Amino acid sequence: MADDSEAFQARLAELAGKPSGDPERARDPVNPAMIRHWCDAIDDRNPVYTDPEFAAHSVHGGLVAPPAMLQVWTMRGLRPPARPQQRPDVQGQLMRLLDGAGFTSVVATDCQQEYRRYLRPGDDLSVETTIESISPEKRTALGVGHFVTQRMSYRDQRGEEVATMLFRILKFKPGTGRAAAASPEAAVAASPRAVRRPRPAITRDNAFFWEGLAEGKLLIQRCRCGRLRHPPGPACPHCHSLHWDTEVASGRGRVYSWVVAHHPAIPPFEYPNPIALVELEEGTRIVANLVGVAPDAIREGMPVVCEIAEVEPGFHVPRFRPAREQGRP
Amino acid sequence: MSAARTTTLRFDAVSVGDELPSLEVPITATAIVAGALATRDFQDVHHDRDLAIARGSKDIFMNILTTNGYVGRFVSDWAGPDAMLHKIEIRLGAPNYPGDTMRMSGRVVEKRDGRVRVELEGSNSLGNHVVGSVELWLPEGRA
Repeated sequence: MADDSEAFQARLAELAGKPSGDPERARDPVNPAMIRHWCDAIDDRNPVYTDPEFAAHSVHGGLVAPPAMLQVWTMRGLRPPARPQQRPDVQGQLMRLLDGAGFTSVVATDCQQEYRRYLRPGDDLSVETTIESISPEKRTALGVGHFVTQRMSYRDQRGEEVATMLFRILKFKPGTGRAAAASPEAAVAASPRAVRRPRPAITRDNAFFWEGLAEGKLLIQRCRCGRLRHPPGPACPHCHSLHWDTEVASGRGRVYSWVVAHHPAIPPFEYPNPIALVELEEGTRIVANLVGVAPDAIREGMPVVCEIAEVEPGFHVPRFRPAREQGRP
Repeated sequence: MSAARTTTLRFDAVSVGDELPSLEVPITATAIVAGALATRDFQDVHHDRDLAIARGSKDIFMNILTTNGYVGRFVSDWAGPDAMLHKIEIRLGAPNYPGDTMRMSGRVVEKRDGRVRVELEGSNSLGNHVVGSVELWLPEGRA
């Protein structure tokens, strides 16, 4: 069985990094009728989308399409025309492979769009899709499945990239989730709340740290020789003394290093999940989440300040936010 | 119902921590089907109740492209017509079923070099339907 699943995973892995197939050409150029239809559906009254007079005097100098319509232009529609394909249909192969292994249900989980420019009536788009990654088998609240992450590059009639998109779906086995009776999306949504965070193993050496957090204090272990150390341990790495007490940290520090976790998305954590190694002004370093900052705005040396969060009733963890936000409401 | 905003917020007039005016979106079958068709999404779970139930859902539900549209609208309703959206990033959660209401709320979490980032969520009776962030450019200077 293990061999089977390894072979299956290897077949999936072969498809990652490849173009999904031929670029998909939009069936219609960007046009006012589809824009009006969309604005009606969303009840979006922004006049730059539908009022030529207003749009002419706006920053755009004319009508533009709502940026969130990006994906609409290259949707295949109800009866897509058959087109001879030049490239292998990797997307089709991947879906058949997953369907054949029982991962027949699909749910979209993420969509990230970045726009280079606003689209205008007459723009003629095509989209090129790459299968960026296929996760190993994951047990989600929805069921056992694989996350498939695709990256799309949208180009206009001049071949210039106008937007990019990351689109992630979960292909899963129906009926294998904890919330199988509920709808797929409900289970995805419920999972962060339903699943508890992993708890630390509390020992005689580290109990002070967690008890300190519960009292609103970030404590650092201090050896009798005066040196501070973290993470907690029984003996001083310098003088080997087993005698220690604690010092209350100021909570101020700087980002020494960091990572932003994207995959695997493990409930109940939220992703992207920035995790920093913070050097406290007392000199010790501590691993904790960063909040209140965009992942791409994190910088080495960024001043941060600790806050203690009760992430679940009775469970407190330290986390850090940019110091400049201190004192804001 | 939203009135069309004809003026645009200036970068200087926005502060980190500002809350966006909340938006309540009634989730009707018509809203779901209109959104699906306006986004050319003909997956049956977005318009055919019988097939949606047969697939294990309790009803038809809103497609991700429509949700993306509401997220864009929520931010541009607040910012005004000369704001330029740069990024929309969303993650879906609890489905939007007919008969529910999606309440959208958001706040400015970052501003730098003319660009503002808003974090937002749209929740319904089941929990968060969508969480996400939008980055946009606002005109410099004062209105």
